[in-house]
Amino acid sequence: MSEEKTEKNINLTLLVWRQPNAEAKGTMQTYAAENISTDMSFLEMLDVVNEGLIKSSADPIEFDSDCREGICGTCGVVINGQAHGPQRATTVCQLHMRNFKNGDKIYIEPLRSKAFPVVKDLVIDRSAFDRIITAGGFISVNTGGTPDANSIPIPKANSDMAMDAAACIGCGACVAACPNASASLFTSAKISHLALLPQGQVERKQRAQSMVDQMDKEGFGDCSNVGECEAACPKEISISNIARMKREYIKAVLS
Amino acid sequence: MKLDSREPNYPLSEMWDKHRFDVKLVNPANKRKYTILVVGTGLAGASAGASLAALGYNVKSFCIQDSARRAHSIAAQGGINAAKNYPNDGDNVWRLFYDTIKGGDFRSRESNVYRLAQISTSIIDQCVAQGVPFARDYGGLLDNRSFGGAQVSRTFYARGQTGQQLLLGAYSALMRQVNKGNVDLLTRREMLDLVLIDGKARGITVRNLVSGEIESHAGDAVVLATGGYGNVFFLSTNAVNSNATAAWRCYKKGAYFANPCYTQIHPTCIPVSGDHQSKLTLMSESLRNDGRVWVPKKKGDNRKPNQIPEDERSYYLEEKYPSFGNLVPRDIASRNAKEVCDEGRGVGASGLAVYLDFADAIKRLGETTIKEKYGNLFDMYERIKDENPYKSAMTIYPAVHYTMGGLWVDYNLMSTIPGLHVLGEANFSDHGANRLGASALMQGLADGYFVIPYTLGHYLAQTDLPPVDINQSEFKESEDAVNKRITKLLSINGNKTPREIHRELGKIMWDYVGMARNEEGLKKALEEIPKLREEFWNNLNIPTTVGDLNKNLEFAGRVADFLELGELMARDSLERSESCGGHFREESRTDEGEAKRNDDEFSYVSAWEYTGEESAAKLNKEELVFNNVKLSQRSYK
Repeated sequence: MSEEKTEKNINLTLLVWRQPNAEAKGTMQTYAAENISTDMSFLEMLDVVNEGLIKSSADPIEFDSDCREGICGTCGVVINGQAHGPQRATTVCQLHMRNFKNGDKIYIEPLRSKAFPVVKDLVIDRSAFDRIITAGGFISVNTGGTPDANSIPIPKANSDMAMDAAACIGCGACVAACPNASASLFTSAKISHLALLPQGQVERKQRAQSMVDQMDKEGFGDCSNVGECEAACPKEISISNIARMKREYIKAVLS
Repeated sequence: MKLDSREPNYPLSEMWDKHRFDVKLVNPANKRKYTILVVGTGLAGASAGASLAALGYNVKSFCIQDSARRAHSIAAQGGINAAKNYPNDGDNVWRLFYDTIKGGDFRSRESNVYRLAQISTSIIDQCVAQGVPFARDYGGLLDNRSFGGAQVSRTFYARGQTGQQLLLGAYSALMRQVNKGNVDLLTRREMLDLVLIDGKARGITVRNLVSGEIESHAGDAVVLATGGYGNVFFLSTNAVNSNATAAWRCYKKGAYFANPCYTQIHPTCIPVSGDHQSKLTLMSESLRNDGRVWVPKKKGDNRKPNQIPEDERSYYLEEKYPSFGNLVPRDIASRNAKEVCDEGRGVGASGLAVYLDFADAIKRLGETTIKEKYGNLFDMYERIKDENPYKSAMTIYPAVHYTMGGLWVDYNLMSTIPGLHVLGEANFSDHGANRLGASALMQGLADGYFVIPYTLGHYLAQTDLPPVDINQSEFKESEDAVNKRITKLLSINGNKTPREIHRELGKIMWDYVGMARNEEGLKKALEEIPKLREEFWNNLNIPTTVGDLNKNLEFAGRVADFLELGELMARDSLERSESCGGHFREESRTDEGEAKRNDDEFSYVSAWEYTGEESAAKLNKEELVFNNVKLSQRSYK
């Protein structure tokens, strides 16, 4: 119904990863997605397919999503080999079906990594990310007793750069896109955000070391500068954050 | 039960300070003996969990998401208010208090709102100390912008993703406490019941959303921060998993539900594109700082917006409300959009949209500046609509966004169930009949960082709390009831999916309990909703593999509760035959068509009491007393 555009509907073939639980072996299964409006989001298309599956007494495809406006980081699947699909800087909930053509065959898989075990179908366990933050992704302030917010001026450029890094939504696309399944982009975004701000200086070294060590412990691979993470990132987090993380880490362990 | 707001008997400006001196304290060494169950990890829940853990309490924190960082507070865009007066434009605590009371159309409690305004300044300090990257100007100091219902610039922001940054701040504070072993964080858990022992909230029953197991958790108090109930309408700006189940379960255990009819319809959302739509997307109110809202003067004018000359456009908000212009409060902006569309001057394919135009702002400030301020919002619009908002006016339409109603709480944020405290959007306390923009983030963090740490201690220190454990019969009974309900949902074997029934409920709610309500429509809703509920329990079709991750089962449980809450909303709307804020009764309007309050008859909080499955909810009233502000007809002209 979007104005000045003729709405058109398309038919698609979906090949979807189905895995009943973490222990079971998964398989790719084929589904027809018919009469799909190109104004739908990718997840709305899956909703429609699922409604059909329920009606025919089949198990619907389980996938995670929540805000559906690209900010909560809950959703994420690999579409035709690309984390979050073909559109740059776009989460799968904001990816619209106008990016696909009638007759397309679409492969849909979870964001795979050893550190992200599959829970069911397209649902994965990303608690490793939480543990990386728990290891040091914070500034140690208790509630109350903080100085006036304007008592520490921060150059706008630094503040903006910190914000660029802080925009990470923790979806895990960077890990799925990386041939080494590295969580470097995610981890470096938080390390950068806090290292760029005066408030983050006190714990700077300890933070870099704890977070990087935790990342290794979780079984994520190391960075080898492939750059797939940056290309897949729906928030366009820059790979230069990884360079900063490496610098921070070396400074932390060598001094 | 007589509703006692427990407002301390002090002048408004001294009330919170003196109350903080009066409250009983828990000795630091004794805090670790208490276990606090915090449900929800949005701004209110995460800030409460982190603050209570930092004080030394044992905290168990629960969320339905896979990570505490994903609660729907994350989607808040525009900003957070605080009476810092950094721009030197005349703001102070009193003005923020007054704007909030007036914005809420004089239907909130003076004491709570004043405290909120007082605390607002500490929130900004706290967040900056955590490393929240608020927008700054070139001198390195914090920048502010304006929001609806205010004539000062008091809104702090982090691009168009303030909620995200504030939530990540609270989340990092919470994870720091997880690191220290003070918080036990349980994700993918949905609260399905509240457990009372000797009339006090002593535990919760949750479902592990991965394994399907029902678990009991015991504690000394429960802090509920589970958000609002906007998803009753099916289509709203809420996340698809946002729900009212935890709050509704507490209502059924004796917590009063206050002002369920107060819902906020946000004026600037992306219009509906079709039946497949699963949710609506908000475009931040901050856009009204620079964007101009208009429709063609002529009915049915279907020229492209840039082909319609200036003198054939009606900038109806600027014309009707010259002093606030495009920045009138949300309820007023929404109703006016509905009015012009009802007149046949709406735009877009459905005729249910108005223009939000940045052409003038781009001319005045340049595309780069606009991009810096609103870039992510414009990108989002383009992805959804496939239209470039830098080149052509956006189309927007109102959508359900926030619910001012919620569980009734006293000044200490405790519900009518001893020990059950309710924070953030889940309570009713601060926004009256209409919330001002950028005030939800303020309230969530005020409640969590700066109110509950004091008031919860006060409760614990003066209450006899013998140890309880999950083998007690009260927990077993709760688990049995939860299991029984799940079994019932799974055994219906009907034909309609939960989504289909939810969509039907949403249509009833939007048509009759939406932006404009009248007696006839509300009575119709009160007939239709029970019929639909009947159908739900006889004709539901969900996948039946239990003991497993089953999102349709989760969803069905929430829809079942919405089907009850929706009816209470309609009843509350019918009973309140005045208009106020977001609650617009067509029968009650001024000569100019604005919402007309009836202070003689309705200056009270409606607090509904559950009386059993077979009997109707009972209305209790908390009279609102205004000693510090003069009630007036709201005017933004």
